[in-house]
Amino acid sequence: MTAAALWARIRPYPSAVAGAAIILALVLISLVTIVAIPYGQAVVQWRGGDGAWRMNPVNASPVWTNRLAGGNAPRTLRITGDADAVQRAPFEGGLQLRLPLAFDFPHDDFPSELTLLLTLTGTERAAFVEPVWQRPDGTEIRLGARRITGADRIALSQDRALEGRLGDVPHVALFADADDRARVMPGRYTLLIEAVLFDEGADLEAELLAFGRVHGLAGTDHLRRDLMLALLWGTPVALAFGLIAALGTTVTTLVIAAVGVWFGGLVDAVIQRLTEITMILPILPVLVMVGTLYSTSIWLMLGVVVALGIFSASIKMYRAMLLPLRRAPYIEAARAYGASDMRIVIRYMIPPILPVLIPSFVTLIPTYVFLEASLAVLGLGDPVLPTWGKLLNDAQTQGALFNGFYYWVIAPAALLMLTGLGFALLGFALDRIFNPRLRST
Amino acid sequence: MVQIADPGHGQEPPPGTQIAPNDARRREMTGLALFMARRIVALVLTVLVGVYMTIIIANVGGQVDDLRVIQIRADVSDAVRSDPGVAAADRLALIEAQVALEVERLGLDRPFVWRSLDYLRRAMLLDLGRAEQMSSDLGSRQVSAIITERLPATLLLFGTANVLVFVVSIVVALRLSRRYGSWLDRTIVALAPSSAAPGWFYGLFLILIFAFAWPLFPSGGMVAVPPPETALRYAMSVVHHMVLPVTAIFISSIFVSIYSWRTFFLIHSSEDHVEMARAKGLPDRMIEARYILRPTLPSIVTSFLLMLIGLWSGAIILEQVFNWPGLGTLLFQAIGFRDTPVIIGGVVIFAYLLALTVFLLDFLYAALDPRVRVATP
Repeated sequence: MTAAALWARIRPYPSAVAGAAIILALVLISLVTIVAIPYGQAVVQWRGGDGAWRMNPVNASPVWTNRLAGGNAPRTLRITGDADAVQRAPFEGGLQLRLPLAFDFPHDDFPSELTLLLTLTGTERAAFVEPVWQRPDGTEIRLGARRITGADRIALSQDRALEGRLGDVPHVALFADADDRARVMPGRYTLLIEAVLFDEGADLEAELLAFGRVHGLAGTDHLRRDLMLALLWGTPVALAFGLIAALGTTVTTLVIAAVGVWFGGLVDAVIQRLTEITMILPILPVLVMVGTLYSTSIWLMLGVVVALGIFSASIKMYRAMLLPLRRAPYIEAARAYGASDMRIVIRYMIPPILPVLIPSFVTLIPTYVFLEASLAVLGLGDPVLPTWGKLLNDAQTQGALFNGFYYWVIAPAALLMLTGLGFALLGFALDRIFNPRLRST
Repeated sequence: MVQIADPGHGQEPPPGTQIAPNDARRREMTGLALFMARRIVALVLTVLVGVYMTIIIANVGGQVDDLRVIQIRADVSDAVRSDPGVAAADRLALIEAQVALEVERLGLDRPFVWRSLDYLRRAMLLDLGRAEQMSSDLGSRQVSAIITERLPATLLLFGTANVLVFVVSIVVALRLSRRYGSWLDRTIVALAPSSAAPGWFYGLFLILIFAFAWPLFPSGGMVAVPPPETALRYAMSVVHHMVLPVTAIFISSIFVSIYSWRTFFLIHSSEDHVEMARAKGLPDRMIEARYILRPTLPSIVTSFLLMLIGLWSGAIILEQVFNWPGLGTLLFQAIGFRDTPVIIGGVVIFAYLLALTVFLLDFLYAALDPRVRVATP
């Protein structure tokens, strides 16, 4: 059947069209992802190899939750001082610097973290630095003097002494309204950095990072990773796993069933017994066993799934369909012209029952997509690749639901559901198209 | 997906099986007995091979044994080094001696083939040996004690859910097949694809909604902590904890189950003998019971047991998600500990459960459909 003819038969079924559209969208996303973020790069990034996530907030919600909640949560702010505003006062053997980092903070939620990046250049000697926090109402908070050399990263949020002095975590206390400490005081803040440098040629650069509460379209996880990467890369992985597993198991099973039916006798008996053995082997426990004892590589898992699926229970079903074909006149004819056994099996026995199998093949794909997710949820996901299941697993181990990071669970779950739905919609409709007995219903 | 088996496909009663009515019953019973005996032998052989394959997979080429020896060596070294009473010069010798003892205790010095056969013999007799790391809640190290402690939890949860799904889907499907095309029917057909997701997946959402956002039910576990004193309250607490997992299983299989049964009944209710009964003016209830349900009984039973087979393996994750103290969670913990006897024990129990299900299937099949036992070669 050509694609056009198939399309003509699918079109009257809105659910099939919807399913096909979902699948097409997923395929497109996969292709774009693979081209835009090559496999190697995705793996390195997800492991945090190139420090790509340093500027991301921890556990930030997606930006769109802002709209949804009607709030105005901050994104990550990177504040670098205005070069003209820097006041330099040289003295004998050194330099005094006043470096203001001013910014507007109109948001109604606190930042999630405050970090000050200081880079000292042109000297080997240490410098004294004291940041002063100037709030919109004119009050000043001295954040404590420190000695720095070279490039330094001062995590203000982790400063226990400062926290003790302010009575709350610094990134909340510094922004809190004087009367109502649970609210943000909006307005223009300045972090004034007063520094004494002991070298005339020295200079200081400063950058304040006020990590936001929202980030990107997908949010971030506990390791500052952008979940978007895993959501995007999860798509081709899920589709490939589902498709290869479904194809691997159906095709091999079908060929084996046909071989058994055609040759009969001992071959058939052996196949039947092997099927019964595989029927009592619990697939998931065996997979879990392989995963823990050997490797959790997604390709090994795929191999085991296909290997266990070769002699699956569906052989019995295929046999029932193939048995009547064995005596069909056109097969007699094929034998008469001298067709080999394999030719009869591949060219004459399998094609007639393919249409009946396509729907169940399509509905089988999401089963394997979910199997991959299941393994990942059990902590047996692929060690390097970001997948939807691994997101769910991370979310579960980090207590995402308990902490209210719902986006972390909802996004991968929704994608899984969408994939399942797409294939299921198409499969169920194809079932009605290819199996006319159901069509009237 | 629910598979609905077509009974007796391609199995025609052989010609010339006319028997005198007196003898018929006795012959039938011996036929059934013979059939069952053959099936038992076949199944035992099947389980034997299956269990042996499990043992092989659990220990291909003795890799796991090597890992275990390394682990033993590390533990023993730690123990010896932290003992101030041992002179530094004696340490190495003592470590070697202790490692050798431990290796011998665990039987790691014998060739794998012999050990595997030994494992096999004991596994088949359900003498599952002693766990290496884990112990039951009562403190027993016997694998069988650990497993029997967990088995009821699994049976309770999945038994309840399955029976519920099965009964509801058959009843609803019968109704729907009588008035297909109604809005309810259309809704069910439209919802059938939702079963692409497994139970644990819906479980996540149920926990999200009914345990965190709107805390009506506990997010996991089997009974409140501390367990209630009286039996009635204990049972109430268990039921309370079961609501979410059972609902998860129910949602994930009910629609597709109803859909398949409805289609199945639709096909069967257009058979000639049903049309005939309808033409005679028999009441709907009688038509359903005698003309639709009875002839399709073998298929119904088969599907029920096939569904059981499918659900046994889904147990691990659902139990994990709901922290349900059943076999699945046990197996997962055992894998974390690399406790080979418990892993093998768990898989063996799963294999036995599956084999038992298959046996029941054969038995009911033969009891319900006379063609099967007569036609089996």
